[in-house]
Amino acid sequence: MNSTRTQQLYEIAKQRILILDGAMGTMIQEHKLEEADYRGDAYANWHCDVKGNNDLLAVTQPDLIFDIHCAYLEAGADIIETNTFNATTIAMADYDMQAHSRQINLDAARLAKRAADLYTAKTPDKPRYVAGVLGPTNRTASISPDVNDPGKRNVTFDQLVEAYIESCEALIEGGSDIILIETIFDTLNAKAAVFAVETVFDKQGYTLPVMVSGTITDASGRTLSGQTAEAFYYSLRHVSPFSFGLNCALGPDLLRQYVVEVAAVSECLVSAHPNAGLPNEFGEYDMDADEMAAHIGEWAQAGLVNIVGGCCGSTPAHIRALAKAVENAAPRAIPEIEVKMRLSGLEPFVH
Amino acid sequence: MSADIATFINIGERTNVTGSARFKRLILDGEYETALDVARQQVENGAQIIDINMDEAMLDSVEAMRTFINLIASEPDISRVPIMIDSSKWEVIETGLKCVQGKAIVNSISLKEGEEQFLHQARLIKRYGAATVVMAFDETGQADTQTRKIEICQRSYKLLTEKIGFAPEDIIFDPNIFAVATGIEEHNNYAVDFIEATREIKRTCPHVHISGGLSNISFSFRGNNPVREAMHSVFLYYAIRAGMNMAIVNAGQLEVYDAIPDELRNAVEDVILNRRADATERLLDIAPKYQGDGKAAAQEDLSWREAPVTKRLEYALVKGITDYIIDDTEEARLEAERPLHVIEGPLMDGMNVVGDLFGEGKMFLPQVVKSARVMKKAVAHLQPYIEAEKDGVKSSNGKILMATVKGDVHDIGKNIVGVVLQCNNFEVIDMGVMVPCETILKTARDENVDMIGLSGLITPSLDEMVHVAKEMERQGFDMPLLIGGATTSKAHTAVKIEQNYHGPVAYVPNASRAVGVCQKLISATARPIFAQALSEEYETVRAQHARKKPRSKPVTLEQARANAAQPDFSQGIVAPQQLGVTPVSADLSTLREYIDWTPFFLTWSLAGKYPRILDDEVIGEQARELLSDANAMLDNVIANASLQAKGVIGLFAANRVNDDIEIYADTQREALLGTAHHLRQQTLKDNHPNYCLADFVAPKSSGIEDYVGAFAVTAGIGEDDLAEQFIQAGDDYNAIMVKAVADRLAEAFAEYLHEQVRKEYWGYAKDEALSNEALIREKYQGIRPAPGYAACPEHTEKQLIWDLLEVEKHTGMKLTESYAMWPGAAVSGWYFAHPQARYFAVAKIQQDQLADYAQRKQWDMAMATKWLAPNLHD
Repeated sequence: MNSTRTQQLYEIAKQRILILDGAMGTMIQEHKLEEADYRGDAYANWHCDVKGNNDLLAVTQPDLIFDIHCAYLEAGADIIETNTFNATTIAMADYDMQAHSRQINLDAARLAKRAADLYTAKTPDKPRYVAGVLGPTNRTASISPDVNDPGKRNVTFDQLVEAYIESCEALIEGGSDIILIETIFDTLNAKAAVFAVETVFDKQGYTLPVMVSGTITDASGRTLSGQTAEAFYYSLRHVSPFSFGLNCALGPDLLRQYVVEVAAVSECLVSAHPNAGLPNEFGEYDMDADEMAAHIGEWAQAGLVNIVGGCCGSTPAHIRALAKAVENAAPRAIPEIEVKMRLSGLEPFVH
Repeated sequence: MSADIATFINIGERTNVTGSARFKRLILDGEYETALDVARQQVENGAQIIDINMDEAMLDSVEAMRTFINLIASEPDISRVPIMIDSSKWEVIETGLKCVQGKAIVNSISLKEGEEQFLHQARLIKRYGAATVVMAFDETGQADTQTRKIEICQRSYKLLTEKIGFAPEDIIFDPNIFAVATGIEEHNNYAVDFIEATREIKRTCPHVHISGGLSNISFSFRGNNPVREAMHSVFLYYAIRAGMNMAIVNAGQLEVYDAIPDELRNAVEDVILNRRADATERLLDIAPKYQGDGKAAAQEDLSWREAPVTKRLEYALVKGITDYIIDDTEEARLEAERPLHVIEGPLMDGMNVVGDLFGEGKMFLPQVVKSARVMKKAVAHLQPYIEAEKDGVKSSNGKILMATVKGDVHDIGKNIVGVVLQCNNFEVIDMGVMVPCETILKTARDENVDMIGLSGLITPSLDEMVHVAKEMERQGFDMPLLIGGATTSKAHTAVKIEQNYHGPVAYVPNASRAVGVCQKLISATARPIFAQALSEEYETVRAQHARKKPRSKPVTLEQARANAAQPDFSQGIVAPQQLGVTPVSADLSTLREYIDWTPFFLTWSLAGKYPRILDDEVIGEQARELLSDANAMLDNVIANASLQAKGVIGLFAANRVNDDIEIYADTQREALLGTAHHLRQQTLKDNHPNYCLADFVAPKSSGIEDYVGAFAVTAGIGEDDLAEQFIQAGDDYNAIMVKAVADRLAEAFAEYLHEQVRKEYWGYAKDEALSNEALIREKYQGIRPAPGYAACPEHTEKQLIWDLLEVEKHTGMKLTESYAMWPGAAVSGWYFAHPQARYFAVAKIQQDQLADYAQRKQWDMAMATKWLAPNLHD
């Protein structure tokens, strides 16, 4: 992304709350795609089932993904996320598609870029941005897969760095304006992502804004790997993020307290894209657009957030409602944070 | 030096193969489990960061570092603190950095191999997201003098912050601590060099930390631990004042500066501060006097007894140990200028530690209440001395009046909140239970309290709280009002209470929230912001509440009755062995076997199913301790017969008439003893009937002879006296425990009696054989719903049970004006025997049923609306 556009992004963020898009998976689900749809022509003869490989759709059903991007842009999203949550070589191994990771990331970024450019042209005073998504992968670098062998790991830092470098390069090549490391449940995975992103920036000789978003898994108020929100921030603030925040796992009602915690310590913008409530017994999300918008509108009034959007269960209707709910609210002012040594284990240590 | 120690980071040194022979042996032998214990003990003993070093020639250091750090990641007790990755080999450091999710410290890098490598490593450390120790070491060697130390640190600082943008707060300088008193003259000023260099580095390199390996300083006195510890202590005393704020040290083995004998301290100070040429000789001369086994071999368990008295008081408070508290308090009193200072100083400091730990979730409710017990004993000891001074002025955080509202007798939760608040230095005026509004408000004025907290468990208490709020408004009160108790809720507070009172109103969901809420409301600066946030929050809740659509569609009472349950009465009805009223009793040791423990843990804010909770990773230990305290209490009340269980049952001929049950004097079914009025579910049911308890009794029109039963039991006779005795003895913990145990015994009595009724008194299930667990899961035939709860939510129906069974005469149990039962540990209810009888919730009813019920009870609509309020709203 050229630096004027980056600058413009920072400028807009000073003036108002930015809108991120909503769930991709929820929207794809509505199409009730079958195995053949996932395969498309390109993978008609692939040797194993690929149904459920949503990221592959950027290659096999580009129009469908493009339309979803457009629906969110139409609803008012400033930033749309590439459909690459599981596109790293590590996660693609589930479908034996690790060799296709680069292509999927590249196609997904291009699709999103095309949609964003279309809407930037429609509303030049509201430029649209593409956030290239680096997902958590399906492995954890600091949790053992085997309860009887707590020292064991099924992925190493170096393997993660390698996978993230490949994804990150393709996402940038495809036109991403921002890199979004999201749904972080194991901070060590995210540290590997940060390491990879900075390595890529170094190689390319320029940087992009980096958004970091973690996941508080339940009422314990901790990430899956056990860190509190504040400790989690200290583990990752070295990337000098454009924004830091939380997404997924909880609805806005339950997430609020942790957003408060992040807002209190973050020296950058704060983002939040919660789920539309908690899943009901059918695995569906019940919180309607108005209720979600009411929560997020209240966050905006309370000065907690700079960037808001939706995660699982949210739809363009949710994004439209929450964009409206925050349109007149001032973005969170970045607090003056005293310079101190800020370390962390599972818990923060400030001295 | 405690104030400075408080701002000083101590880094655990025991997980270092170069420093600990034991740890080295464990790692070499692959005994990682035990090695983890070493790490855990350090954290438990207060290490704020743990240093890990695997630099040993016989070891694959890379592999050992990876394995150990990965293992630590699975131990939340250890991994909660940051890790210091300590190695002289970059490869080992980088391996460590790839395994820690937190922000760690690298120990260390330096300019030893030149700028290029220094900056390369620093760049990588930054990218891995860690802080780093920088040794005062350059291309020409290790810095020894003050000038060299300053020069190298300043050069490193400039390179790091200006060349690669390394955050200055992530830099920790180690300006090298070298041994003094070695006999070599050039070494004599090493301590002074370090101290003065520290001062200058701190001044010229903003935001950095200064650290050092403390044990080097005393190297020449190996074998004489008392002297070494004195040297460490004196060195730290001066270095900390110069700005040193970290050290790798065994904090448990630091002698307290003031506790060092004068002669030794003077000699050590001469050496450290290089005050006289013969300082080393003089220290060598006296050193043998202080050599001894010292405290190195102190017993694990009682080592805390050797700490200074303030620390002992803190330890006793945190651990809830009462054994030595009187002696320690007395010792502190003798040291203090005035007895009050002991409370305001060490005791409050200790309670603040407790408060912080609790706030951080590192202590659990029962532990806090035990801490309060220790505190009360200490205060009770000091009280006579304070009064002798005729100065009872005590500075507290604020004064809080707490009361269970009129008509309600439940106070376990309120008492817990009271204790927790006292732990946090609030003065609590506990007015007890059944306190009328006027008494509350008068006391609040007379005592000039800062806020009022209302508690209640039964639904009519909600209205009483609304009343209190309205009265506060009318009488011009301004102070915050806190609302808590099992039936209260944020929604009720927002919709019903908050709008009636202009002062701050805060719903407090549990004891752990109480402190935070009170602190915010008491602070002049925080209160307006918090009050504003509260009022906005309640506004949102009200808006949501107003928008809330009914979950399911209502039906008319007529439709609901048409969809009544229709159990089969044609066969299987068993006539009770004997009709009429029978007083019953039970011995506590029998009831004990019937206890359902799960709710007991919930009372203490420990959530989890019994017995699984005992093995819970986080709260298991606490749960086991709590259960053992409860069992001790049970042993005690059984041995001393200090609690009694009494009850009464009645079995009657009965038939249903619409939604009422007529209860007859005898099998002629002509003389009516009374009529029980029941409510019917009134929402649209697809696959279920609209239940009403009356459905489970054969209709009068059928001519089938049916029966119902009723019971009232308590295990709380004596509970108030016993609790009062504990309170008088300063033991709130056991005062609450008595009530919590009595409460469980009453429930157990109800369960036990129900079984007796099924098998004998009524005898409709003679062959039943169920375990306690099966009983708790209600696997038996028939139900025992209690008025005031879901299936028969209207409280005044208890009066009928009281009349039918002459409850007060037989058991001494009473009903309050809100129909709460006294003693609090009590259960009453109905018995239904039909196999299809089941529990359900009446939930929301409509206006037609309200009118119908009013007419059946011969109430006016206002009266009916009042008692059915909880079922008229969502």
